[in-house]
Amino acid sequence: MDVALEIEGVSHTFVAEGNGTPVRALDGIDLRLAPGEFFSVIGPSGCGKSTLLEIVAGLTQPTAGRVVFDGREILGEVPDGVGMVFQEDASFPWLSVWDNVAFGLRRRGTDAAETKRRVDYALQFVGLADFARHHPRQLSGGMRQRVCIARTLVLEPRLILLDEPFGALDQQTRLVMGEELLRLWRETGATVLLITHGLDEAAMLSDRIGVMSARPGRFIETLITGWPRDRDSQVVNERHFGELTAQMWTHLRAESMRSIGT
Amino acid sequence: MSRRFDGVLFTLAVLLLWELLYRVVGSSGLSSPLATLGAVVHLLSSASFWKNVSATAEAFAFAVAFSLLGGLAIGLVLGLSRFAGDVFDPILNALTAIPKITLYPVILLFFGLGMEAKVAFGTIHGIFPVIILTMNGVRNIRPVVRKAARAMRLTPAQTIRTVLLPAALPEIVSGMRIGVSLALLGTLIGELFASDRGIGFMLIQSVEHSDVPTTMAITVLLFAVAVIGGIAMLRIDRRLHQGG
Amino acid sequence: MSRVTLARSALIIGAIAAVEVCCRTGVISHLTMIPPSAMVVAALRLLTVGAIQRDLLFTLTNTAAAIVIAVVAGFVIGILLNAVPRLRRIVDPLLAAYYAVPTFIFYPLLVAILGLNRAPLIAIGAVLGVVAMTVNTLAGLDRIPRVYLRTAAALRMSPFATALLVQLPAATPHLVTGVKLAVSYSIVGTIAGEFILSVAGLGRAMSLAYNNLDNATMYGLMLILIVTVTLINLVIYEWERAVHRRWGLR
Repeated sequence: MDVALEIEGVSHTFVAEGNGTPVRALDGIDLRLAPGEFFSVIGPSGCGKSTLLEIVAGLTQPTAGRVVFDGREILGEVPDGVGMVFQEDASFPWLSVWDNVAFGLRRRGTDAAETKRRVDYALQFVGLADFARHHPRQLSGGMRQRVCIARTLVLEPRLILLDEPFGALDQQTRLVMGEELLRLWRETGATVLLITHGLDEAAMLSDRIGVMSARPGRFIETLITGWPRDRDSQVVNERHFGELTAQMWTHLRAESMRSIGT
Repeated sequence: MSRRFDGVLFTLAVLLLWELLYRVVGSSGLSSPLATLGAVVHLLSSASFWKNVSATAEAFAFAVAFSLLGGLAIGLVLGLSRFAGDVFDPILNALTAIPKITLYPVILLFFGLGMEAKVAFGTIHGIFPVIILTMNGVRNIRPVVRKAARAMRLTPAQTIRTVLLPAALPEIVSGMRIGVSLALLGTLIGELFASDRGIGFMLIQSVEHSDVPTTMAITVLLFAVAVIGGIAMLRIDRRLHQGG
Repeated sequence: MSRVTLARSALIIGAIAAVEVCCRTGVISHLTMIPPSAMVVAALRLLTVGAIQRDLLFTLTNTAAAIVIAVVAGFVIGILLNAVPRLRRIVDPLLAAYYAVPTFIFYPLLVAILGLNRAPLIAIGAVLGVVAMTVNTLAGLDRIPRVYLRTAAALRMSPFATALLVQLPAATPHLVTGVKLAVSYSIVGTIAGEFILSVAGLGRAMSLAYNNLDNATMYGLMLILIVTVTLINLVIYEWERAVHRRWGLR
């Protein structure tokens, strides 16, 4: 199999602020993603999935193991070709929607004509072309996330990392945004690694799903969804969808209760 | 452990700077840390100093009482009525921003020289933060808290006593903390102009007599009292905010 | 015009009218206070005749200098403390207790070091305003949403670019609040100094008029001072509101 992203034996321990006790966040994570694959990680709260994403992005150095992207090991800095979307609203309130989306391109020194072409296209793609001159404060939460998605899209990333990008939105908006994400994925042809709480989100969006245990996080099980590439949110009507969520919950129920402390 | 060491280091650095400054400026302008210490001891053991302290303390006590009680009452009224609060909010902000010292001649004309003027001065300094923070504290109580009180069918008096005041307490106490500090400031400034007794008066006297060690000694003592009092009040303030 | 604005205007006009009536009818003796209308007349006379213009300029230039020093120094100190957490831990309680200290007690000290001229006035104004700027600079830097910094890291931005293009704009609302407070406090410090040290300026002129029992001049000057200070603060206050609204904080 052609490998876009390889995570080898990654473990991570960090010292908790305040009382200084060491916390084992991750315990021996192994994962290989094929190019253009959509992979979701699902697990209970605090299991370390966000930490895993930060390690893959190069924002954190793991205490053990390594991550290889595009044939090169990630060592302490974010590699070229990676786009990230976070749970919190990362749109800058002091810039217009257009300037927000153009921000990354300008930092790279992309020329004005190319920037304009890409930004206009991205805004049209996420359906915010009419709001180019608006400011984030004038937009809803879902629209602001679309700004962040557009900002990632213009950079034409080869690997897209998403940390619960729709966590702050209501359930129905989440389903709609899920479809947006699938469009983005098909448009860029990128490899996607998504962290989520939502069973239905993982089941609907992914090619494969990694189920993570409670802390210290490790993969208990990997599920293959087998959906076609041109899927949308209507897969929720499929029988297989229900089977997938049931399978996930079988594993996660015990892990979730463990992490809450019952 | 290292934090206390850092604090000691910092204090030593300040003392060193002071000594150096003294060497540069000369004894007509500053007095050395050691000489100042001597003057402080001398002051603390002189009867006239303590008489002045009690004069200041008396005026200060009145100013604090007026500021806190008056400020609390007015702040509560303005906080409970959304309309009144909205009307007065910019007025209060504007009044707070006016340097109260521009009013000192007016105060003197109205109250004459003496205790009343000092108390008035202290009060106009101390009352505004109490009003504003009490008002905001009550206004900013989350609507759900007031809804819960209504759901429990409490009388207005019960609501104020058992729900609103405790809910607004951290902010009210913050206002009172600032009010006390400013009341002290106002009283002292009042003594610069309107009195023949008190610490402020002592300060201006020592300046006029070019008695540098005494000037510095009074400055240091006031500074110490203000800082210690300020930190103590802050601790109470912080504990209230954490618990609430 | 909303009900609130209407009520407020009525309140202010009513209060001034009440004072006017009390003064005119002798309830308030003319030795104590002159009617508000007479204050306005006196103020206009002072502004046009000319002797006051030098004092006004003196006060305004001192205030401006104090503000600039307070804002710049406060900002720089804030950045420094943010960069050296060890130093910040030591200084934090001092910053918090700073405004409990009646700062005017340092006037004699400053006069001793700087001489009896405009320098101690500017110094006290700056000293009074600087901590407000520092505290708000620190608050602004503390409150930058972490997700902005992670975004900058994900975009592979250098520390310098991050500071200039992300941290600074993100902290701007707090910086503006710091400027607002620094302006307010610096004004108080500079003007209070003019009363206490009597070098020159509107404060000194007011003091002199009081001592000369010249109520008209004194109240005229008081009006000029109050109106000037209120206007400056109003402009800054509106600027702060506009910035906060643009950043989506209101």
